[in-house]
Amino acid sequence: MIEEQLGRCVAAWYPGATGVTGAAKLSGGASQETWTFDIVHPGGNAGAILRRAPPGYGASPGRAAGLEAEATLMQLAYDAGLPSPRVMHVLKPEDELGRGFIMQRIEGETIARKILRDEQFAKARPILARQLGKVIAGIHGLPAAKLPKLREISATKEIADLEREYRSFNWPRPVFELALRWLRGRDPGPSKEITLVHGDFRHGNLIIGPDGVRAVLDWELAHLGDPMEDLGWICVNSWRFGEIDKPVGGFGSREELFAGYEEAGRKVDPARVMFWEVMGTLRWGIMCCGMMQRFRQGPDHSMERAMIGRRSSETEIDLLRLLAPKRG
Amino acid sequence: MQDEPTPNELIKAVADFLRNEIAPEIKGHNAFKLRVGINALDLVTRQLALEQGSDAAEAARLKQLLGVDAALIDLNRALCEKIAKGEIDLQTPGLADHLWQTTMDKLAVDQPNYASYKRELGNK
Repeated sequence: MIEEQLGRCVAAWYPGATGVTGAAKLSGGASQETWTFDIVHPGGNAGAILRRAPPGYGASPGRAAGLEAEATLMQLAYDAGLPSPRVMHVLKPEDELGRGFIMQRIEGETIARKILRDEQFAKARPILARQLGKVIAGIHGLPAAKLPKLREISATKEIADLEREYRSFNWPRPVFELALRWLRGRDPGPSKEITLVHGDFRHGNLIIGPDGVRAVLDWELAHLGDPMEDLGWICVNSWRFGEIDKPVGGFGSREELFAGYEEAGRKVDPARVMFWEVMGTLRWGIMCCGMMQRFRQGPDHSMERAMIGRRSSETEIDLLRLLAPKRG
Repeated sequence: MQDEPTPNELIKAVADFLRNEIAPEIKGHNAFKLRVGINALDLVTRQLALEQGSDAAEAARLKQLLGVDAALIDLNRALCEKIAKGEIDLQTPGLADHLWQTTMDKLAVDQPNYASYKRELGNK
C-alpha cells in the first residue's frame, strides 16, 4: 500500500524510477514515522528514507521545529558540506503521503553500544570528538538568512520550561529542586551570539561509519539560541553509555571536542558549556519522568516507557556528581 | 496473613524462567521487549527487598533535617519547598549526605549497573 503511493510519488521527481521496493517502518509513534525503502531504477537502485506525519496529523507538537523546517535545515547542512543526507523531495498534498520529506539513505550505525564497543569502529572512536566539534561549528555557522522560522530559546526560558514541566508531575524530587536552584543562580544571561542550535546532537541522531561521522539526523528540536547548548548536551552523562570518563558520547574528551570546534573558527566558552551540561542532565531526567506520565495516561501503555521512567534517578546521581561531588 | 511463597519469591521465579528458558528462543524486537520485561521484574524484586529499609532511613534523616514528622512523601515535599526557597542548600549540614544516600538507595533498586552508581559505591 505505501509502496504504491511511494512509487507514484517517486516517479514524479526521480527520472527513470520504475517504483519502490523493500519499504519497512523503522520507527514510529502515532504522529511521526520513519520508513526505509529502495527506489527501483534500471541504472541501479537508490536507498531512501521517508520521514513523515501520516495523513490526518496536523502541525508538529510543542517544541518541534516541524518537518518542513527539518527538511530545509538538512538541505542547508548538506549544501554547506556538512555530513547530512540530501533531501530528495518534500511531500506535497497530491502525494497523499501526509507531511514530511524523503531523503537519501546513508549507511552506518546509530546504536551507541555498537559504536562504543564494536571492532569496526575502533579507528573512528579516537577521532570522533574532534570531528563532531567541527560539525557542530559548521551547524552553528549556517547562514542565518536562509534558516526557516524557528523558536528562540534562552537559558532563562529553558529553566522556566523545565521547572513548569517538573512541577506538572506533582512528584517531589529534592535533587531536581537543587538543580533548578543551581541553574537559576548561575544563569549566564542571554548569549552574545545567537545561532542555529541542533538541539539533540547526541548518540542515536548521528550516523557513524568506520571512517567517522557520516550524517547528522533528527533536527526536530532545532531552534535559535546559545551555541554552547549543543556542546553541553553531547557531554551529558546519559549519552556516555557506561564510558563515564569520556565525556563526549563515551568516546572522547571535552578538549578534543572544543579543539575541533575552534579549528573551524568558532570560540568555546567552557563555563557556559558546563552550565548547559547540568541543564541537559536535568532535561533528560525530566524527559524520563514525562515518559512515565505518558505511560500512565496512555495511549502508549508500554513497558519500555514505564521503565524509562525509572531512569530519571540516573540523572539524579549524575546531577549530584556535578553539583555536590564527593571527595575521593 | 497471606501464605508463602512471598511476592518476591514468585516474581523472581517467573523472571528466572523467562531469562533462562524463554529469552534464548525469542528473536528480533520481541527479544528486546522481553529483556525490558525481565529488567522490570528484577527491579520489582529489588524494590520489594530494599524499599522498607531505605524508606525508614530516609524518613529518619528527613525528620532530623526538617525538625518535623510526617509521611515520607510529605517530608519530601517539605524538603523540596525549602530547597526551592533557598532555606536549605548544600551548605546546610546533612543535606548533601541525605541526597547522596537517598539517591544511592534509589539506584540500588532502579539501575545497580549504572556506571556512575558503581563508581560512587567504590567512593564511599
